[in-house]
Amino acid sequence: MKVTTLTINGELVSASPGTTLLEAARENGLDIPTLCAIEGLSTVGACRLCLVEIEGSSRLQPSCVTAAEEGMEVRTDSDRLQRYRRMALELFFAERNHVCPVCVANGHCELQDRARDVGMDHVRVPYRHPDLSVDITHERFGLDHNRCILCTRCVRACDELEGAHTWDLAGRGRNTHVITDLNEPWGEALSCTSCGKCVEACPTGAIFHKGSTVAEMEHRRDRIRFIAQARGKKEWTP
Amino acid sequence: MSAENKTITIDPVTRLEGHARITIHLDAGGAVEDARFHVTEFRGFEKFCEGRPLWEMPGITARICGICPVSHLLASAKAGDEVLAVSVPEAAANLRRLMNLGQIIQSHALSFFHLSAPDLLLGMDADPGTRNVFGLMAKEPDLARDGIRLRQFGQEVIEILGGKKIHPSWAVPGGVRVPLSEKGRDAIRERLPEARRISREALDLFRKIAERFAEEAAVLGDFSTLFLGLVAKDGGWEHYDGTIRVMDSEGIRVADGLDPRQYRSYIAEAVEDWSYLKFPYYRERGYPDGAYRVGPLARLNLCDHMPTPLAEEARQAFRATADGKAVTSSFYYHYARLVEILAAVEEVERLIDDEKTRSPRIRAEAGVNRSNGVGVSEAPRGTLFHDYEVDEHGLITRVNLIIATGQNNLAMNRTVLQAARHYIKGSAIPEGFLNRIEAGVRAFDPCLSCSTHALGQMPLQVTLYGPKGEKLDERTRD
Ligand code: SF4
Ligand code: FES
Repeated sequence: MKVTTLTINGELVSASPGTTLLEAARENGLDIPTLCAIEGLSTVGACRLCLVEIEGSSRLQPSCVTAAEEGMEVRTDSDRLQRYRRMALELFFAERNHVCPVCVANGHCELQDRARDVGMDHVRVPYRHPDLSVDITHERFGLDHNRCILCTRCVRACDELEGAHTWDLAGRGRNTHVITDLNEPWGEALSCTSCGKCVEACPTGAIFHKGSTVAEMEHRRDRIRFIAQARGKKEWTP
Repeated sequence: MSAENKTITIDPVTRLEGHARITIHLDAGGAVEDARFHVTEFRGFEKFCEGRPLWEMPGITARICGICPVSHLLASAKAGDEVLAVSVPEAAANLRRLMNLGQIIQSHALSFFHLSAPDLLLGMDADPGTRNVFGLMAKEPDLARDGIRLRQFGQEVIEILGGKKIHPSWAVPGGVRVPLSEKGRDAIRERLPEARRISREALDLFRKIAERFAEEAAVLGDFSTLFLGLVAKDGGWEHYDGTIRVMDSEGIRVADGLDPRQYRSYIAEAVEDWSYLKFPYYRERGYPDGAYRVGPLARLNLCDHMPTPLAEEARQAFRATADGKAVTSSFYYHYARLVEILAAVEEVERLIDDEKTRSPRIRAEAGVNRSNGVGVSEAPRGTLFHDYEVDEHGLITRVNLIIATGQNNLAMNRTVLQAARHYIKGSAIPEGFLNRIEAGVRAFDPCLSCSTHALGQMPLQVTLYGPKGEKLDERTRD
């Protein structure tokens, strides 16, 4: 099999063809922070956390959707990238109402983890404090728009793994939000099979088991990879 | 107030953050006409909860009212039980009781040993530099150490049950999330003898020194009000369940067996423009005559007996000081607190060995079966009401909280007035007055951040106004 050879942070690495820069980096033991990407689902490049610098291009590229190419010179942790990532995270926090101490996912939240990773101790932009709703019409699950970062993991998990396509995005710009069926209350969304894959996939406390209290919500995100692998390759390895 | 007297409203610019603020108003003859204790905390909290799922409320209220999180956790979980229309498993009820007892022990120990003992043992006019827990450590090292140990014991009970990390969400509508482990039970049992010794010795000590404070006891909050709180079905001391009893200063029962869920039918709340804290009163008597006190003093006045032998002995001695009437001096909150610590320690002992506590059934699952729920429990500082309305799915549409410090608000104001009338003669604030006021307010152990600095004195600002609203004198300390 022909392999692609490229440099990441000055180190020569090889990648199997067709892999993304993110995969190439991870295969070689280098981590790049991500939020919207999750193993087992397609990638969309929505969160811009995985940005990298590519020699010869002045624009930063999201590594989760950029193919690894022969001879590429990539940097994943320059000062500029760190600044961008921190800013991207601050914008997430400012955009909606993330109140960690009283959130069901406190301690089990990828947004919180990434913020901790970059040492984000405060937000420099003003909070928007939008007036958003909570939907707990579903018998078993709940959706809190205050905590959604629009990563679309739920949309992809539901579409790609369950095949139900209950979730989608509606609205534009700052009014973008996730919907179930044709913007009906989740409890009335006929396509929903109540399989719970969206619950496991969600990086924050936006989708949760109904009845969860503060810090009680533990997503089992590795299940998404497990199901994808079991379905695609008939491999049931944990 | 007469027309020529100015109304003082809280000015957010001049008010000192984290300070208790007191204003005193003289009449034309130079006598104290009115005194006010301004509370500028507690704003907008209830609004914050609207739109949240019911199940998050215990964690939210515990986190936002950080001074007694356990009390909010329990009252909120109880309100949730009501909305689900479930009765919680016996083990869960016992475990919640245990946690509340731990909270009573730790909170009362903090109030007595750390915050008030320096006043009581070193003297109210002792050098402010040493009139704190460090000064106490130097002069009464054993007592100070005991106080710290006792508080730790209460905190340990809470931590063993709730865990350090999950603590804000241990109690949930329907029950609790984690049972008491065998190891946890052993750890609690091991510390019980020491806790019992310390609480008995503290009681003995208080009885000995109480006489020294006869003057303070008479002018710092001795007046007649009603008393209100929970009592058990058999009329005994209660902190978690039961019904509401109301008593007057003569010791006569005004009401008994009131359903805590119907609190609105007998408690009303007044609002004053100079305080963010509402003024609850007993509806039937009107405002402000319906002033009532809650907390340790009220609970000991109200109940017929304590559930455990040593505490019952202590209660009888306590009530004997008032000759069958209610004990009316707020100074005796300290005394009542010590009796309650003893009761709590004894109750912890009983509950950890109760067979029912060991059952693995700890959480009742149910959906939303009612559109509202009221949860009432006794916080260390007094009766706490959580009242929620929810939509059909369980989203909060309205919240009303009545906290202990609010219910003692009228009495705290009267304490300040009584102290002012006694100590203020003329147009200056005398030396030592701030210490007296501090001690008077502290007796109630209000849950204000200014009053719960564990170390050192309470930041306080007292302003004296003349009949035309002119400022005559002011004393501030940090
Ligand atoms: S609900 Fe969760 S999974 Fe879905 S878009 Fe929002 S954050 Fe992502
Ligand atoms: S992980 Fe690549 S853009 Fe979100």
